[in-house]
Amino acid sequence: MEPAAGLRLDHNHQLSLREFPYIIRWRDDRCKRCGKCTAVCPVKAIEPTVKVQRHVSSEGDFPAPKAERKVIQIVEQVTDMERYCTGCGTCTLVCPNEAIEPEFNPQNKFLHYKNKGGEGYKRGGRRNDPAISTLDRLKFTRISMLTDPALDAGRHEFRVRTLLGRILPPEELPLKIENNKLFVNKDSSKFIPPVREIYPIMIGSMSVGALSPPMWEGLAMGVSYLNEVEGMPVVMCSGEGGMPPRLLKSKYLKYFIIQIASGYFGWDEIIHALPHMVEDPAAIEIKYGQGAKPGDGGLLMAQKVLKLIASIRGVPQFIDLASPPTHQTKYSIEEAVAKMIQSMSMAWGFRVPVYPKISGTRTARAVLNNLARNPYAAALSIDGEDGGTGAAYNVSMDKMGHPIASNLRECYLDLVKQGKQNELPLIAAGGIGKKGNLAANAAALIMLGASAVSIGKYLMQAAADCFGDESNRCNLCNTGKCPRGITTQDPKLYRRLDSDKVAERVVETFKAADVELRKIFAPMGRSTELPIGMSDGLSTDDKAMAERLGVSYAC
Amino acid sequence: MCRLAAITSNKYFSPMENILALETMKEGHDGSGLGLTLKNLGGEFEDLKAYPVMSGICSRRGVEILDDYMDKLGFKLKHEWTPKIKPVKGIVQRDYYFAKAYDYPKSYRDKPMHEKEDLLMNTRIALRKIGEPDESIFVFSFYPDVITLKEVGDPLELGEFFGLDRDGLKAKIIFAQGRQNTNYQIYLYACHPFFIQGYCSMTNGENTAFVPIREFLTSRGFPGYMGYNSDSEVFTHILHYAVRQLNFPLIYYKDVVTPLKISEIENRKESGALRLIKQSLRPLCIDGPNMVIGFTPDGTCFMVQDSKKLRPGVVAGIKGKYALMSEECGIDKAIPKRDKSMDIFPMKYDMVIVSPGAEEVKVWNQLQG
Repeated sequence: MEPAAGLRLDHNHQLSLREFPYIIRWRDDRCKRCGKCTAVCPVKAIEPTVKVQRHVSSEGDFPAPKAERKVIQIVEQVTDMERYCTGCGTCTLVCPNEAIEPEFNPQNKFLHYKNKGGEGYKRGGRRNDPAISTLDRLKFTRISMLTDPALDAGRHEFRVRTLLGRILPPEELPLKIENNKLFVNKDSSKFIPPVREIYPIMIGSMSVGALSPPMWEGLAMGVSYLNEVEGMPVVMCSGEGGMPPRLLKSKYLKYFIIQIASGYFGWDEIIHALPHMVEDPAAIEIKYGQGAKPGDGGLLMAQKVLKLIASIRGVPQFIDLASPPTHQTKYSIEEAVAKMIQSMSMAWGFRVPVYPKISGTRTARAVLNNLARNPYAAALSIDGEDGGTGAAYNVSMDKMGHPIASNLRECYLDLVKQGKQNELPLIAAGGIGKKGNLAANAAALIMLGASAVSIGKYLMQAAADCFGDESNRCNLCNTGKCPRGITTQDPKLYRRLDSDKVAERVVETFKAADVELRKIFAPMGRSTELPIGMSDGLSTDDKAMAERLGVSYAC
Repeated sequence: MCRLAAITSNKYFSPMENILALETMKEGHDGSGLGLTLKNLGGEFEDLKAYPVMSGICSRRGVEILDDYMDKLGFKLKHEWTPKIKPVKGIVQRDYYFAKAYDYPKSYRDKPMHEKEDLLMNTRIALRKIGEPDESIFVFSFYPDVITLKEVGDPLELGEFFGLDRDGLKAKIIFAQGRQNTNYQIYLYACHPFFIQGYCSMTNGENTAFVPIREFLTSRGFPGYMGYNSDSEVFTHILHYAVRQLNFPLIYYKDVVTPLKISEIENRKESGALRLIKQSLRPLCIDGPNMVIGFTPDGTCFMVQDSKKLRPGVVAGIKGKYALMSEECGIDKAIPKRDKSMDIFPMKYDMVIVSPGAEEVKVWNQLQG
């Protein structure tokens, strides 16, 4: 008997590769043993190893088999669940001979085993569900034809803009008539809330710290370019964790929404920078929840808290930075929301829109109705279950939360009932562009009632080639080992990412989305105002979905 | 696309003038209906200007219900006009076409006009709701000095059918629409012109922003903002909302339905107010392509259109008589003797306003204010 398995007599308690989500296909005949793949693998799922192989050969005219034992070098996938292949494919990327690639294994039992030490599986990315989402099942079926000729998307003038901020109802506008003309009545004590005209696709909250310096810088440069050169007023949210001090004091601050979340990270620095600010930020976002992990707090792991991050956030280096699941001041919605909106508004002299962001939930309408009665609430951002995150428990991502489509729609229709659909803009997020259809998903949400949409994961994929997908590919954002250098603070990894390239791709992505939005709006005859709530333009091939969303059924 | 013929004059004239103008535009309407709204009535209504006139169509049963309802409310019938019907092949005659002038219920006689207007509108809506399920009652307008006639068929034939060529029915402002039925069923309540509390408009083109506008209007909590069997009804209600409810001067109707870009607003003196209006009334931007012809309670008539309207309407005439129409051939028929070089084809920034009594025409440019 061969002692091939070392001292062990059986293989119980050892996993077979069939349990793993990705199986490495390595081709002996193509591999030149350069070692690049094993060096680059972020999780060390593959390793160079040697095997003894029995080789039988025969020479001469007559069969004379000779058995020979050879020591060969191979690349082997390990069967340690802590070093599972994430399918990122960095090995394929660096292989000069196309000798290696991971293959998705739909039979895997990954989740059965990924709980070593009694710790649930944590990851980054978004909900692992590759199915077609509701947003992708909505089609634009009201095509202008002969009675209202379609517009020329290339030549007609389009105003693809939206408003961020509390809008006064027409009945309450402080106007007066002088010589048959309307003027703002300066004697009126009526508070006119700040409102920004922005591009309807916003970049959602991703923090300095969660993102690597070149990634955040690339996004910021892209946004500034879009505003300054392309004339597209795209705004970007900082995420929780402050902003680089130079940016806070620069004229570019007006393109950024500063987020405050339950950890208040970075806010000491922001408040101290206030007297030096030359521009107001685009808005302040108060984060109460996140679609990817509803009811869960944030966590920036110690290994990502390097000097720069520590200084921006105002904390010591190399400690876990946990944001609590809720704001510590939250006794009731009045306490938490109303007071915080007031405080934030006051900090900027009521010149900056302040709005909360919540995760998609069946109780969204309760929050909405509270905000509808609060004249200082500038908007409500709802992040659906398909939203992304840098780190969360898998169970939170996969099983918690509410899809954005119906959540947004019922909130909008609730506002319609109250006649406040134009007063409190709704921002929809979570799963926009999941299958690559950024403009179509954004337009669908707008027609369901969103004033704007927010994207994050899509942009990481489009602008920085993030490997992550809904088959749990890669999704290592939480570990600081992002093989693309997007969500890491390790210079060895993030030097792979060129911030100029990221900025260039951000610009390209937004310009392309803008063209596509026109291609959607033009045949529907809309160009002057964003078709918010134009639900007669939408159809779906699912009757129940059509009924729930109040759109037509077409098949 | 519907064909529109509006005439405003300082003298009484017959609605046949509008119908004959529509006849010249026949290639543009398919005979699916005619709508007529007459304001500043002459003929037998000339001395009844203070009394609200209800116009509509009833079945035999509907008349009884209507009379009974009006009686209960305390309205006293002062005068009644019914057309001298001449049966015309192809037009299905309904039981009873009418325009009835009433005196207000005693308790309302000394009330301010605003309250009277609300009573009239609520009465009209109540009757509409009673009669709509079985089509026993159609009420198109109920307001002093205004009559509305609507029926399915070819406009010229309908003129003959109603005997308008023989009748003494006259007015100083008459709006007429020859219907081109597009995507809505042929239904009398879908026929322009639409009227609410002294404000009237008719439109051609299709309103691509109909649903958000309808939702915004219906959510204003004003009972008159209902119906919407046609996407064009919202234009009348926007006019009413902007001018009557919000008390905006008429020119701001243009700023509401076709707002300027922010960069353009900066050039207007009242830019601060315009920015607020653009934001607060964002859902009322029509996004066309539409051309709207309307009148207000004081007898001012106007024409506006959005930038997508490829074929502008035209306003032309002589002092004392102006026509606002969708086609020039209609004006040639109605007012042939005029200086054609003075014809006005409003462009996207223009609002053409004809003062009461057709005294003068002004082109107000939105860009310059």
